[in-house]
Amino acid sequence: MISIYITSFIVGGLICVIGQLLMDVAKLTPAHTLCTLVVTGSILDGIGWYEPLIDFAGAGATIPITSFGNALTHGALAEAEKHGLIGVVTGMFEVTSSGISAAIIFGMIGALLFTSKGNV
Amino acid sequence: MEQQKYAHLEKELSPKTPLLKNTVRAFLTGGLICLIGQFIALFYITYFDFTERTASNPTVATMIFISMLLTGFGLYKKISQFGGAGAAVPITGFGNAVVSSAIEHKSEGYVLGVGGNMFKLAGSVILFGVFSAFLVALIKTILVKLGVVSW
Repeated sequence: MISIYITSFIVGGLICVIGQLLMDVAKLTPAHTLCTLVVTGSILDGIGWYEPLIDFAGAGATIPITSFGNALTHGALAEAEKHGLIGVVTGMFEVTSSGISAAIIFGMIGALLFTSKGNV
Repeated sequence: MEQQKYAHLEKELSPKTPLLKNTVRAFLTGGLICLIGQFIALFYITYFDFTERTASNPTVATMIFISMLLTGFGLYKKISQFGGAGAAVPITGFGNAVVSSAIEHKSEGYVLGVGGNMFKLAGSVILFGVFSAFLVALIKTILVKLGVVSW
């Protein structure tokens, strides 16, 4: 039980190190880095490598942005398995609904609660 | 000035990025955020009816909520300055991008300011996430139909 905490720390940390290297060594902007990681996550799910990583590292694999691409692909594939090609479009947000909805809801609440003092 | 000379000069003048320091900081910050996420996931598994796999959805929502508070009180910016990619890559960084642009553009009004700018930074992540997921799922579905691979 304790091992999942160690693996989540290490795997999550390593994914962030990859992001840092993309920024520092490959000289990508943060936006390009995040897009690269998201695309990587979705490709990894396509070849079936991301789910084993989640089993191994728990939140270390689900909290980094790579899991966003993974969840999108996963939802699309699950629906495609049931309904064929049209499922690719309809199933996309099946799994990852909470990330987008939470971002919109808390973004609005944040705007209602806080005012910018140049420090956000 | 010739382009080559300029590139050389720019390289000399721009401050050296302390690669090792940045990497260690990114590792520690990102690891810590994921560890917190793991504790939140455990909370949902223990007290609510979630399994290891389904717990990631409420965990992500909770992390974005925490990120909203940290952003609003100006603490996430400090975490980003310390952690670099360690603060940007986890989902809290995505939340921070949405919330901070929402707060920043509040002065332009809720419709044009908040609504129009909320996904200014996070939009590209959603675009490339959705489009790459579409392509990957499309290719895999076609390959399965052709009998090349299985689900």
